[in-house]
Amino acid sequence: MTDTSLQFAGIPLVAWVAALPLLGAFINLLFGRAMSRSMVHVVAVASVAAAFGVAAYLVFGPLLTQFRAHEGEGGVEISRTLWTWIEVGPADSVFKVDLAFRLDTLSGVMVLIITGVGTLIHLYSTGYMSEEPRYAAYFGYLNLFTGAMLILVLGANLPVMFIGWEGVGLCSFLLIGFWFENESYATAGRKAFVVNRIGDFAFLLGMFLLWWVTKSLDFNDIREVAQQGSSQLTSDPHFMGFDRWATIICVLLFIGACGKSAQVPLYVWLPDAMAGPTPVSALIHAATMVTAGVYMVCRLSFLFSLSTTAMLIVATVGTITALAAAFMAFAQTDLKKVLAYSTVSQLGFMFVAAGTGNWVAAIFHLGTHAFFKAGLFLGAGSVMHGMNGSGDITRMGGLRKHMKTTRATFLIYCLAIAGIFPFAGFFSKDEILGGAWAAHLEGWGAYGKVLFVALSLAALGTAFYMWRLYFLVFSGEERSEDAKHAHESPWTMTVPLVVLAALTAVAGFLAFPHLHSLDSKYLHLLSGWLEPAVDGATEAHNADGTTYLLLAIALGIGALGIGIAYSLYGRGPSAKVAGWTAEGEPLHEAYEASKNKLWVDEIYEVIFLKPFRFLARFLFEFVDRFVIDTILVGGWAFLVGLFSRLMRWVQNGQVQRYIVGMVVGAAAIFFFVSRGHSPTFSYKEVPAGVELRAEPGEGLAGVGATYQWDLDGDGQPDRKPGAKPDATDAAAFVSDPVLTVKAGDLAASGVTLWIKPPGGKKAVSVTRAIQFDSPERAAAEGGK
Amino acid sequence: MQPGYFVLPLLLALPLLGAIFVMCTPKEEHALHRGIGLFFTTLTFAVSLLTLSYFNKTVAGYQEVLDVPWIPGLGAHFKVGIDGISLWLVLLTTFLMPITMLAAHKAIDRHVREFTAAMLILEVGMIGAFISLDVFLFYVMWEVMLIPMYLLIGIWGGQRRLYASIKFVLYTMVGSLLMLVAILYLYTQYGSVTGEYTTDLEKLTSLVLPHNAQVWCFVAFALAFAIKVPLFPLHTWLPDAHVEAPTAGSVILAGVMLKFGIFGFLRFAIPLFPYGAQVCAPYIGVLAVIGIIYGALVAFAQDDVKKLVAYSSVSHLGFCVLGVFAMNSAGISGSIFAMLSHGLTTGGLFLGIGMLYERRHTRRLAEYGGIWKQMPVFSALFLIITMGSAGLPGLSGFIGEFLSLFGTFNAEQSSLPMPRLLGALAATGVILGAVYLLYMFQKVFFGKLDKTKNGNLPDMSDRELVVFLPLVLGIFILGVAPRPLLRSMEPSVDAFVNQYHNKLVEPDGPAHLQGHAAPTAAADAVNAPRADAGNGVERDLGKIAAQAREVERTLDAANRAPAAARVAGGAQ
Repeated sequence: MTDTSLQFAGIPLVAWVAALPLLGAFINLLFGRAMSRSMVHVVAVASVAAAFGVAAYLVFGPLLTQFRAHEGEGGVEISRTLWTWIEVGPADSVFKVDLAFRLDTLSGVMVLIITGVGTLIHLYSTGYMSEEPRYAAYFGYLNLFTGAMLILVLGANLPVMFIGWEGVGLCSFLLIGFWFENESYATAGRKAFVVNRIGDFAFLLGMFLLWWVTKSLDFNDIREVAQQGSSQLTSDPHFMGFDRWATIICVLLFIGACGKSAQVPLYVWLPDAMAGPTPVSALIHAATMVTAGVYMVCRLSFLFSLSTTAMLIVATVGTITALAAAFMAFAQTDLKKVLAYSTVSQLGFMFVAAGTGNWVAAIFHLGTHAFFKAGLFLGAGSVMHGMNGSGDITRMGGLRKHMKTTRATFLIYCLAIAGIFPFAGFFSKDEILGGAWAAHLEGWGAYGKVLFVALSLAALGTAFYMWRLYFLVFSGEERSEDAKHAHESPWTMTVPLVVLAALTAVAGFLAFPHLHSLDSKYLHLLSGWLEPAVDGATEAHNADGTTYLLLAIALGIGALGIGIAYSLYGRGPSAKVAGWTAEGEPLHEAYEASKNKLWVDEIYEVIFLKPFRFLARFLFEFVDRFVIDTILVGGWAFLVGLFSRLMRWVQNGQVQRYIVGMVVGAAAIFFFVSRGHSPTFSYKEVPAGVELRAEPGEGLAGVGATYQWDLDGDGQPDRKPGAKPDATDAAAFVSDPVLTVKAGDLAASGVTLWIKPPGGKKAVSVTRAIQFDSPERAAAEGGK
Repeated sequence: MQPGYFVLPLLLALPLLGAIFVMCTPKEEHALHRGIGLFFTTLTFAVSLLTLSYFNKTVAGYQEVLDVPWIPGLGAHFKVGIDGISLWLVLLTTFLMPITMLAAHKAIDRHVREFTAAMLILEVGMIGAFISLDVFLFYVMWEVMLIPMYLLIGIWGGQRRLYASIKFVLYTMVGSLLMLVAILYLYTQYGSVTGEYTTDLEKLTSLVLPHNAQVWCFVAFALAFAIKVPLFPLHTWLPDAHVEAPTAGSVILAGVMLKFGIFGFLRFAIPLFPYGAQVCAPYIGVLAVIGIIYGALVAFAQDDVKKLVAYSSVSHLGFCVLGVFAMNSAGISGSIFAMLSHGLTTGGLFLGIGMLYERRHTRRLAEYGGIWKQMPVFSALFLIITMGSAGLPGLSGFIGEFLSLFGTFNAEQSSLPMPRLLGALAATGVILGAVYLLYMFQKVFFGKLDKTKNGNLPDMSDRELVVFLPLVLGIFILGVAPRPLLRSMEPSVDAFVNQYHNKLVEPDGPAHLQGHAAPTAAADAVNAPRADAGNGVERDLGKIAAQAREVERTLDAANRAPAAARVAGGAQ
């Protein structure tokens, strides 16, 4: 069944959305070196803009029509399969992955954000990167990134999502290390890729386990199984413990999300990622790629909501990240570093939303954050552009005089991120806080309230560090020559700033707070829109009074944060803060901790990296080189070599040596043979009874030996019948080497033989029990 | 005669002809020798594409079979054919050969004639070993490819080439001799059971040895193949061989020859001795996982690029081994796919290192840095190959890694212990792969261009571009559209899995043909031939009776009490 509608040139439009930027990347990477600069950026910007156009057409055209016609669960989607990507296994247990794309209301939002913000940032880059010698490579990577990100969000199953997931990781690696001549930049890129890979490892395992449980990796199929899973828990043995598996699967996938979305403990790559060009930080490390984890969790909302344990972990990790990153942002002096930690912190907010089942709020904040954080980064880029590339905020100040547009837009972004009405951040952050307050997942108790308090603290911190940044950059007097000569950026850079500021100003109205008194579907556009795609079962709302109170608290917190920042930094660097944090003062330790990012990188270095390097060296130098290669492999060679040397020494052609060899050999044989074996005797059944045979050993041992037997078991050598009782000469005893006796004459305790070797050596005694094979003999023996 | 029967012998004849031909040319005509080498390998590749057109992708058995009696006294046949498992490996071989020949144009400047001949003979041996359906022929081919590689390392190699080449040969020989012993045992057993002495693989596969014999024979085969793979801890010949071998030797060694280890398990060791495989699988599986992690860690500790890539092979081939012993079609298809991908990516990495070496005459990481600035085209292509090797989705490495891990994860049918734990441990190779490959990439291509000798390196020549592009394209194509390959392997892989399980349920006891299990089958056979006897339907009654008596006698000698019990039971 192939749907031929919504196609262009035989390829579904959904696929075109991702294919257009990839095509742009293809052209720029392959032929960009031969193309003019304007040609390069025309291709780059046009391909992303075209993708935005196609996406907008699909979302506001066919998808919206479907959405309007739709009632109840699911079904609002445009799904297209390009071809079957992987297929293995016999027909009854086939593992099949289609290269399929699905545009639904959730991925629709993401696609619009990615292509929309992406277009603006591409445009901005044409100004920001105008001096770059590797212009085509830069735009090629940026296009490649956009394409990969679109595959990530449009993928209809986990493996296709994984193509995008790792693809964006690659682009991130390339763009962070874009100025690779700086070794530390290249290392930052590598760090990003490797840390992401740790997450991807867990993602992969989660995927395997998921298939093992659900036998499919398509989101719709998983959703179906998950929704049955909770009811079939007891009836169908196949789903036995699905909730248990759901927890493990969700935690594994969430570790993947932690890698990509920079959560504790895998966030460490993101601050370093600021080594990349600033537009890259805006697009990849603020607006889009880092939100992929949040998107994935929301995409699998039906799976995560099966496990309150997993939700708890998601929310807790989000909260810790939000707090820790906000704390680390306090004392940073690099413009982009502050923004980086801010991003980490805001991503934590989104995960709290997801972890409290507040999926819409997660996506909402994802969207608003994409606008104002991309704006902040672009604004930062503009500032740095004006400051000759320096991002040191201690050298700025007073830029409001020189960069009017940048400053005005930056103000809006800072208001938004601090959560001031009516900017987007106010609405989205309040949704998260309100959702946390209302969260009542099974077994959580008052945990939602704890999350609320912690997040409020983080929000206070956010308002403080963002406004500290704002005041240090734009207020007060210029603190360096560069700041005095700062200039506004070209239109290609300011236009995106203005557009993003406008979006920041209005995007909040997409989802009004949930007030029962304001129950109109036009005020909750986003939650209505996302409803077919995400699991709404755990979404909770507060009573109106509580909502108003929470709104007021949120607003108060934002204002408080700004107020503190103003009182300390309103006129430039604060002498008070310097005093409090000086050596020996009470806040010194805390300040140092924030400034040194809680020493996390140093701790990781000691507990992971150093042991890893040591282990690698140890395995190579000791295990591989020494134990395996030298001792085991070389040992064999040495033994063979030794033997051959010996043989060479012996067989050297000298007759004397051969004679020595012969003599030594003969002596050895003689010695060996004459040594004999341990003396004993044997017995066997013969018709006449039992034949006993002395066996003194081989060789010379048996020549001239004398024997004495004890057959009756009294411990004394038997005398010959008729021998004198006191005779002690050999002839008085039974001394035949071979003798035959009746079975009945033998003692049950066994027969003893004394063997006296020739030459006056001591006699050796051997005692053996006699056992019979044939039953008659045994009976006779037993009868005795 | 099956359709296309002439193609496979042609694949052997062409390079052989080329080798003879090149040896007849004057010694100093280097350009001629190179031309001949390139011509014959390219021609062989073109002809090998014919195998595809004659290949029926829906059939499981051997195709394009040619069976000619060879040594009647021994029962050896010249029997060649391909199935879904060997088809792509043959194509990989013929595909890599012309590329390697072209890449060696500059690096090999002495004894070019002999070099060309050695490479062509090597190709004969490799293709021959892939397509042999007769264990004797296989053994001959297995040894044939050893000698040219020995010469390649020993004559055109680096500083310690003698040490490396001798180590390589001795190591491989030890394994293959034990394999020969097992082959002889199998041969005599088959002869004593059926009265027909043959080395035909298909016939030998139908023989079920007693369990303990299966274990011993499997171990003997497995040792030969594990050395070839190489499986930890039998791997130390590999880094030495790679470091000392010329680029062409490394490419072929890593690209094709290592695959014989995995291929040997698939074609010989497991089908012949499934019970042995079942017993040994846990050990081999654990060693494979150790190899994946260990190889990656040790690769990270290298400062010689070539050695780093050599150790990465230990890690990558671990995935292949693990996939095979998952004993399901995902694992095995994944393993075969990973082999193909590894041939392209690691072959590419060695070629790239060769190109760098030709320019700088060093392989030490510390000597490089900032090469991207100097050689952007080369660097970009090398990055794609590196990423293919690191298993980036959308490139070839991912599919093989993913499927073999996936197969391991779902290996409930196999005897691997705790398959999910093994799979999870193996999957750490995904992280470690990124660690050492990116480390290498950064050290070579990123950073400042601060070594003066690196300052005037030319970017890729057209010849080098021709060498690289097919590989890069292949990596993309395999990564984006792996399904045609996977589908064409599927029937053979499924048949392999089924045959493994079917043969595994055969009862222990004296050697017998599959489906003719003693003792009950033997007793039945005396009275009436089994209607459902799969393998010997047309066999005449007398022969079966004789065979059954033989079996009965052996059994009696071996174990009296059960025989007595059976007689007693029968009397009641």
